[in-house]
Amino acid sequence: MKKKLVIVGNGMAPGRMLEHLFELAPDLYDVTIFNAEPRVNYNRLMLSPVLSGEKTYEDIITHGDDWYLANGVTLHKGSKVEAIDRVARTVAAADGTVAHYDKLVIATGSVPFVIPVLGHQLPGVVTYRDLDDVEKMLAAATPDAKAVVIGGGLLGLEAAAGLKMRGMDVTVVHLMSTLMERQLDPPAAHLLEQEFEKRGIKIRTKSNTHSILGESKVMGLKLEDGTELPCSIVVMAVGIRPSTALAKASDITVNRGIMVDDQMRTNDPDIFALGECAEHRGVVYGLVAPLYEMARTIAEVLVEKPAAYGGSVMSTKLKVTGVDLYSGGDFAEAQDREEIVLRDASRGVYKRLVIKDNKIIGVVLYGETSDGPWFFDKLKKGEDVSKDRDMLIFGQAYAGGPPLDPTAAVAALPPDAEICGCNGICKSKITDAISEKGLTSIDDVRAHTKASASCGSCTGLVEKLLVLSLGEKYQANAVQPMCKCTDLGHGDVRRLIVAKQIKSIPQLMQELEWKTSCGCAKCRPALNYYLIAEWPGEYEDDNQSRFINERVHANIQKDGTYSVVPRMWGGMTSAAELRAIADVADKFQIPAVKVTGGQRIDLLGVKKEDLPAVWSDLNAAGMVSGAAYAKGLRTVKTCVGSEWCRFGTQDSTGLGIKLEKFMWGSWTPAKVKLAVSGCPRNCAEATCKDIGVICVDSGYDIHFAGAAGLDIKGTELLCHVDTEDAAIEVIAALTQLYREQGHYLERIYKWAKRVGLESIKTNIVENVEKRRNYFARFTHAQTFLQVDPWAERVSGKHAHEFLPMRSFPMQIAAE
Amino acid sequence: MNWIDIGAVDDVPVRGSRVVTTTAGDIAIFKTADSRVFALWDKCPHKGGPLSQGIVHDDSVTCPLHNWVIGLEAGEVRGPDQGCARKVETRLEAGRILLPSHILGRKAA
Ligand code: SRM
Ligand SMILES: Cc1cc2nc3c(=O)[nH]c(=O)nc-3n(C[C@H](O)[C@H](O)[C@H](O)COP(=O)(O)OP(=O)(O)OC[C@H]3O[C@@H](n4cnc5c(N)ncnc54)[C@H](O)[C@@H]3O)c2cc1C
Ligand code: SF4
Ligand code: FES
Repeated sequence: MKKKLVIVGNGMAPGRMLEHLFELAPDLYDVTIFNAEPRVNYNRLMLSPVLSGEKTYEDIITHGDDWYLANGVTLHKGSKVEAIDRVARTVAAADGTVAHYDKLVIATGSVPFVIPVLGHQLPGVVTYRDLDDVEKMLAAATPDAKAVVIGGGLLGLEAAAGLKMRGMDVTVVHLMSTLMERQLDPPAAHLLEQEFEKRGIKIRTKSNTHSILGESKVMGLKLEDGTELPCSIVVMAVGIRPSTALAKASDITVNRGIMVDDQMRTNDPDIFALGECAEHRGVVYGLVAPLYEMARTIAEVLVEKPAAYGGSVMSTKLKVTGVDLYSGGDFAEAQDREEIVLRDASRGVYKRLVIKDNKIIGVVLYGETSDGPWFFDKLKKGEDVSKDRDMLIFGQAYAGGPPLDPTAAVAALPPDAEICGCNGICKSKITDAISEKGLTSIDDVRAHTKASASCGSCTGLVEKLLVLSLGEKYQANAVQPMCKCTDLGHGDVRRLIVAKQIKSIPQLMQELEWKTSCGCAKCRPALNYYLIAEWPGEYEDDNQSRFINERVHANIQKDGTYSVVPRMWGGMTSAAELRAIADVADKFQIPAVKVTGGQRIDLLGVKKEDLPAVWSDLNAAGMVSGAAYAKGLRTVKTCVGSEWCRFGTQDSTGLGIKLEKFMWGSWTPAKVKLAVSGCPRNCAEATCKDIGVICVDSGYDIHFAGAAGLDIKGTELLCHVDTEDAAIEVIAALTQLYREQGHYLERIYKWAKRVGLESIKTNIVENVEKRRNYFARFTHAQTFLQVDPWAERVSGKHAHEFLPMRSFPMQIAAE
Repeated sequence: MNWIDIGAVDDVPVRGSRVVTTTAGDIAIFKTADSRVFALWDKCPHKGGPLSQGIVHDDSVTCPLHNWVIGLEAGEVRGPDQGCARKVETRLEAGRILLPSHILGRKAA
């Protein structure tokens, strides 16, 4: 029988440990994990980009549900272990779950420290540790709202930068006289402070918090010197403490952290401690690199390989976009050390090396950090630097030769130079993997070596290794850029629009550094859509960024004439409507009238200048634009259903009409077509539509992500609902999720494939509150979008589109 | 050359175009983001698509039918495709756009 391995805590360290373990011995253990957080494992280091809007939670998941499934790991989400019974060898969680273990790993991480000042329990006081904290901050992050961050360390500054990017007014309150005093010396800290102030973040050093103000929620923060800072949210980022309560209660030896030996064992030989909760040789670590080394050690010990963890030296980078800062080792001033400093005020560069016994023991780099790994490599190896001391501070570019370009500099690194500090991956490991496994992208390298998969700071170095290994074959952009006007992909642009509160195309091109003066025919329609979708009622549609069909609300034909398709709600029409269509065809001598594949009628060959008059007549008979040209709601096909058909189970025609009347006018990333069939015989072909409904006796099966154009694909079942109202709510919410996530021109089935059916089901089916929110946002947007574009133009809007500027009808001798 | 006033620069939308009809076919009048004005015969060198209906960006227009990109200044096709739309001379005077009279089938202004 397999041995039972139980893990308490599902953070970064145990995630890594399991990967090693499964690599070494996939079938040795039956693994159960308890996670107090109600979710899978994600990259905690990347919370700041989620906070700032540069990434989403989905982007930072490291082990998704499918990973647990594939590896046979039982994960108890939202289940906090409260007791370990070392005699019975079981753990028990607050929710009543009990698990038996042969080996137990405690990986409870840290708890953020909260300063117990008056008011620290008020709603609005948050710490910064997990996704829930980020969500709390985002909920408070309305533009122009005020935030105070207590703590000017790594976490506090990342939080401040993120909240600022969300449009908040941010003040950082820091007890010490300089920022990040544990990683930076004062001159570098000063440069950092200037950079933050330049971004509009206020910094108050040497400031102690007296109390947090407010009755029922945070209203402000009072400093010891009496200053009051009004704010609606206080982020406490003042430090962390190893989370040891569980171990202590079970009589496991705890000092500052849970004490472990070189095999990461506690005083109970079957119980290990891993990660930030562990104390090894008197040191408690707070960065991932050492934790990953511990993780490897435990995995090896678990399969009975000889292994020992010997402690780590660490380096840090601050992950705030646009700030370059690197520090590693020890840089306190002392008698026995010398230092080499380089300052270049005009470029904002500062470099400092601390040297002891001719060896580098500390590095601080600001403004230009590319030599960080090179110095750190010498530091870790304890290399004697006496012979090139003079040029040392200039970095590897000057080390014994002419200056190198950045790629050549990476080429010159020794094979054992460390590239990825978080994961301890050296250069040769990456280049070997590239050549042996045929890797071609950053994502490949991440998947196979883990390099650049944690904090991401070394991505540039890894890219250079790809360039060196693959040359021309390497496509630098793992993300497909939107078009030649930018290097950003669609997803990046959508996130940055929200994060930077971008509300117009010119502003967007300015802030996201578009390479062309006004975009191109690929990006402009996409940007126009993203802005409409993001800022309903606020953004002013840019007509000139729309394709001609959406500009004149008809489909251009090969000869420059247009086709006109009025809505026929749910495919239903009447004698009066048909008569009006016939009259229009006669009156304007429209050459072709055709029944479309979408259950309505197309008038083909209309002259552009006749369009407003044609619409006026159709409007008069009660018809509106069918949007046959739109990246928006097209048709809702129906069958006759229970009204007439002997097999009909529900009123499919009626539901189709309701859906079309509720959803028309909506702009979407690509066209959206619906169908409702009255029974599983499916005469409306609902199972190849973007969204389809199959009526059954017990209600409505809602399908989505079908295709029957360039690709053919049957739909996926989203859920079953009992009532028409519930069906409409689910469908509108699903459409809204797609409106917010879809890339321009990406049909629903492609979007679903990209984001995963599971995430869509979670948002729309499982999480009722989220569904309601998506539904509410759809409904809100509709209040601005349900204006018949034909009626608008009949009454004169964009009249210039339909009229020549001037006509010279015939040859005249003289004017 | 004689010139005929066909309308105000302001009548043409920025990053857009208007049409002047003549017996010899339509002429597309384009205005760029920085308000420069250009004119081309309104026929794409590919399959005759109406260039006036395209999306104007920088100093080019993308044809609405099959997305060829045509330079506004000289009418040349950009990118991998080959061909040229015919250019029409323009003149700006006091916020008005003028075209050569012979193009419009007129004798003189
Ligand atoms: C008129 C119509 C054909 C007909 O005579 O029946 C038609 C006509 C055109 N279709 Fe369609 N499609 C028509 C139903 C369909 C259907 C059937 C349906 O809706 O049930 C499909 C397959 C279902 C689907 O959309 O997946 C269909 C799949 C396409 C595609 C492939 C889309 C895809 O993503 O795979 C295109 C190309 C595109 O959109 O890029 C396309 C594009 C076009 C365009 C817009 C081509 C173009 O870009 O100019 C045609 C415009 C003609 C015009 O001016 O009206 N049409 N087209 C149908 C109008 C339906 C309506 O009432 O609005
Ligand atoms: C915003 C942010 C940015 C960071 N940036 C960097 C960086 O750039 N570089 C770097 O090296 N490090 C960084 N860190 C630190 C890094 O994230 C941590 O060192 C690392 O995540 C610790 O891993 P761990 O597995 O020990 O603990 P964690 O990842 O904290 O995981 C512990 C897990 O255990 C769960 N848990 C606790 N108690 C119980 C219980 N009783 N029962 C069940 N579950 C329990 C917790 O809910 C948590 O999910 C950052 C941290 C944060 C918060
Ligand atoms: S299938 Fe659609 S796109 Fe193709 S010719 Fe027919 S109408 Fe046009
Ligand atoms: S007609 Fe202009 S691109 Fe084909």
